[in-house]
Amino acid sequence: MDFPMFHLDWLNDRFLIAAVAIIHVMINHGLAVGFIPYVTWLEFKGVQRAGKDQIVDWHWDELIHNKMKVGFIITTTIGAMTGVGIWFTVALVSPSSIGSLIRVFYWAWFTEWLVFVTEVVLISIYYLTWTSANRSLRSKLKHIRFGAFLSIASWITMVIIVSILSFMMDPGNWNTHKSLFNGFTNPIYIPQLFFRTPVAMLMGGVFGMLLTTLFTKKESILRSQVIKLGGKWVLGWTPFALAGAIYYWNAMPEAMKANMSTAVGSMDFAQYYDVLKYVIIGATVLSILLAGWAIWKPQRLNVGVVIVPCLFIFGFLGIFERVREFVRKPYVIGGYMYSNLLREEDYPLYKKDGILKHATYTSVHEITSENMVEAGQNVFMLTCSRCHTSNGINSVVNVFEKMYGRGKPLDEESMTAYIPNMHQGRTFMPPFPGNKKELEALVAYIKHLQETGESLSGAQTDGIVVNPMQNSEQSTKMYADTLSVSRR
Amino acid sequence: MDINLLQASNTPVPRDLPLDLPLPEWLLVTLLVLSFLLHIIFVKLMVGGSILTLFAEIKGLRNNDYDVFAYEIAKTVTVNKSMAVVLGVAPLLSINTLYTVYFYSANALTGLAWFMIIPLVTIAFLLTYLHKYTWKAMVNYKCLHISIIALAVFIFLIVPTIFLTNVNLMLFPERWAYIKGFMSALILPNVLPRYMEFLGACLTVTGIFIVWYNGRKSYPVGRLYQTFNRNTLKRMGYYVTTFGLGLQIIFGIVVMISLPAKGINFEVLELMVFGGIMLFVALWFSWKALSADSEQKRDNQFWKVMTSILFFILVYGGSRQLYREQALHKHRDLIAAKTEAFERLSKAAREHQVDDGTNVEVDPALGDLAQGTALFKQNCASCHKEKQRLVGPPVQEMAKIYYGNEEGLKNWIKVPGKKRADFPQMPGFPQLSDEELTEITKYVLSVK
Repeated sequence: MDFPMFHLDWLNDRFLIAAVAIIHVMINHGLAVGFIPYVTWLEFKGVQRAGKDQIVDWHWDELIHNKMKVGFIITTTIGAMTGVGIWFTVALVSPSSIGSLIRVFYWAWFTEWLVFVTEVVLISIYYLTWTSANRSLRSKLKHIRFGAFLSIASWITMVIIVSILSFMMDPGNWNTHKSLFNGFTNPIYIPQLFFRTPVAMLMGGVFGMLLTTLFTKKESILRSQVIKLGGKWVLGWTPFALAGAIYYWNAMPEAMKANMSTAVGSMDFAQYYDVLKYVIIGATVLSILLAGWAIWKPQRLNVGVVIVPCLFIFGFLGIFERVREFVRKPYVIGGYMYSNLLREEDYPLYKKDGILKHATYTSVHEITSENMVEAGQNVFMLTCSRCHTSNGINSVVNVFEKMYGRGKPLDEESMTAYIPNMHQGRTFMPPFPGNKKELEALVAYIKHLQETGESLSGAQTDGIVVNPMQNSEQSTKMYADTLSVSRR
Repeated sequence: MDINLLQASNTPVPRDLPLDLPLPEWLLVTLLVLSFLLHIIFVKLMVGGSILTLFAEIKGLRNNDYDVFAYEIAKTVTVNKSMAVVLGVAPLLSINTLYTVYFYSANALTGLAWFMIIPLVTIAFLLTYLHKYTWKAMVNYKCLHISIIALAVFIFLIVPTIFLTNVNLMLFPERWAYIKGFMSALILPNVLPRYMEFLGACLTVTGIFIVWYNGRKSYPVGRLYQTFNRNTLKRMGYYVTTFGLGLQIIFGIVVMISLPAKGINFEVLELMVFGGIMLFVALWFSWKALSADSEQKRDNQFWKVMTSILFFILVYGGSRQLYREQALHKHRDLIAAKTEAFERLSKAAREHQVDDGTNVEVDPALGDLAQGTALFKQNCASCHKEKQRLVGPPVQEMAKIYYGNEEGLKNWIKVPGKKRADFPQMPGFPQLSDEELTEITKYVLSVK
């Protein structure tokens, strides 16, 4: 409303955030938090396996070093950039919410940043000093200790970020006392951490196994031995991952219900929640199968076999993230800001005056019978476009056709009756914020969209139109008194 | 107010987020400027380093020592680039907090380009690794190998234009209404001169870095190179720095001339002139180092060049911040006043809520069914009509099916299943209380 609206009309704005964030979480969990302890453990095994006058089993060490190289390259390129990418995409799509969160969580993120810098420095030192550390047993053991350090630093980034994630799911706290401490004491915090830690270990192990199959020859003994150890790692973490998942799964609706997240009661949540159960069972069975195969028949394991559970277990995390995102609805910041980026407390004003009047950027501020469709387009952009497109993914035409019948002309009267009440039945939807005229304009626009198949461009291509009631000429006139006061 | 009235009708005054800053403003500004300077130094080492790698590797086609030199710089680029990224997060956080409205608005207006930074930089990073790790493997495919780093350099040269466009655009809300995509924001005055000055700075910083890097006692110059020694390498560093400083001075002057008047005042100007003098001082020392006839004399200049460059960077950072303040403070006053006024309006509306006609009123004339009818209208009427099918079946049908089975209907509303193949499934209404459900059911069963 106060920001130019960036909008991707086919792909959907949320999709952009989701894609970047999921890649980042997978790399963070799988290739930093989980993979580094796995590599450090194997590096240590290399020392244990060394012959009498050797520092380390050289072939073994070279393989582990190569695996670390992949982890190093991916985390410092795609991993780091998608981390920054989350900031970029959220700032584009959801500026009001991220801006608000940053004002409150500045220190949390600043601390996170310090840990993040430490992590990158440590990971670079760990990887880049690998070869030079191999000159003596003393320096090799020091290097391994360093790896353990790095593992802890990576885990701490998770400890902090989970607190921010938990806070966002705890609406009550935003309106009472906004502090990071609430993130840690939040009912969903411990379950999330319990879930994410072993799952990260699991992901690290499975990814490591994939690399082993890629980097070694099929018949080599080294390959069998490393795969076997990898199998033990996966098997060892699976029960913890299962326990964590069940804990989290059970805690989620309780915690969310306590926080009055209305989306939890909805049919859609029930569906997700149900699917999740099977996903947990599936991921566990797959992990055990893979680990069993790796331990009993390591020589028979190949890339094709490992890649399936690897993708599945990475996907496992993705589905949990999706559900976590969903239970926040209809809010983006619980109890404070709806997912359309409008604050709950401003609703009475919008209902009274209409939203167009208060919008900084709109091409219509006074609705007449001539500008209905154009006004509706502005209303749509301001109140629906964060989640819906005109004719692309999750398009507004499609959601109505799903209700009223595909291909049938949409009935304006029914839509006008439905929209102001939709949040009662579809509890994940925020209430419609506009007044009656804006409702009619929106309905006219949706109907127009169905008829024409028109698309809607965002500010990134079409620019903005400044509302003449919200420009600096108006503001200067209106706030002249306050301004002269503040100048003094 | 001295905002031009013609512009005024197209200058937006958005509201700020009505939340306090997490720290006193001066502290945030300090954090912003210092963390940004740290970030930008590594960015310059990354960009300048990759340019020099490309240049040296091409020269290395004739003289192998240049190839070694290129490889040695390439190894520093991949480390510096990691630092550049992580150090960028802190200033990003701070600018988001301090200039929320301005920064996010500029981001959205140049949205596609702004987002493209992520994939572009990722690709460039992967290319620098590919380039570094295939140095030996691709020794017989030198041209192909050179084109890998050339592509990375190309990307590294594009990305700063996007950043500069954004930090420039955020200063001019009066221009926002005229911006149609990234390209139109790129050609605003001052962006390109600043970009050229930035490229000069990349070379300056990288040059002096090369002097330091090759001067370290533990660094085995003799083992690496055939003909180059420490002295020649240091001289090359000063060569690059001198060249970079020259570019900075030329384009620095263009930057000053093309700077939109809005943010200039005497303090800004003083700082800028002072920064300019520092550049000249750095250039003088750097030239002395370059033209020195012995390694000892060359080394004597190192700290002088280093200090004057660091001093310049600090002054430059400070002057940019002052310019930003000066350019925006009136507009920020307006925003603050407006945000406050809006909060008051919102509060008043909250305290005196009016009916906008979308709330359903209870009609007492309906007697016993009044409550149920109102609740039905609010919760059910958007999908169910009395006599016709809308989204779901008509109320008449329900009344028939649940005749005498009030509990059954209540349970269904709470947790519906799916009965009819040609209807969408009904969402549940667990949020309705038992009393509300009774009222609704009473109404439904009364329909004939």
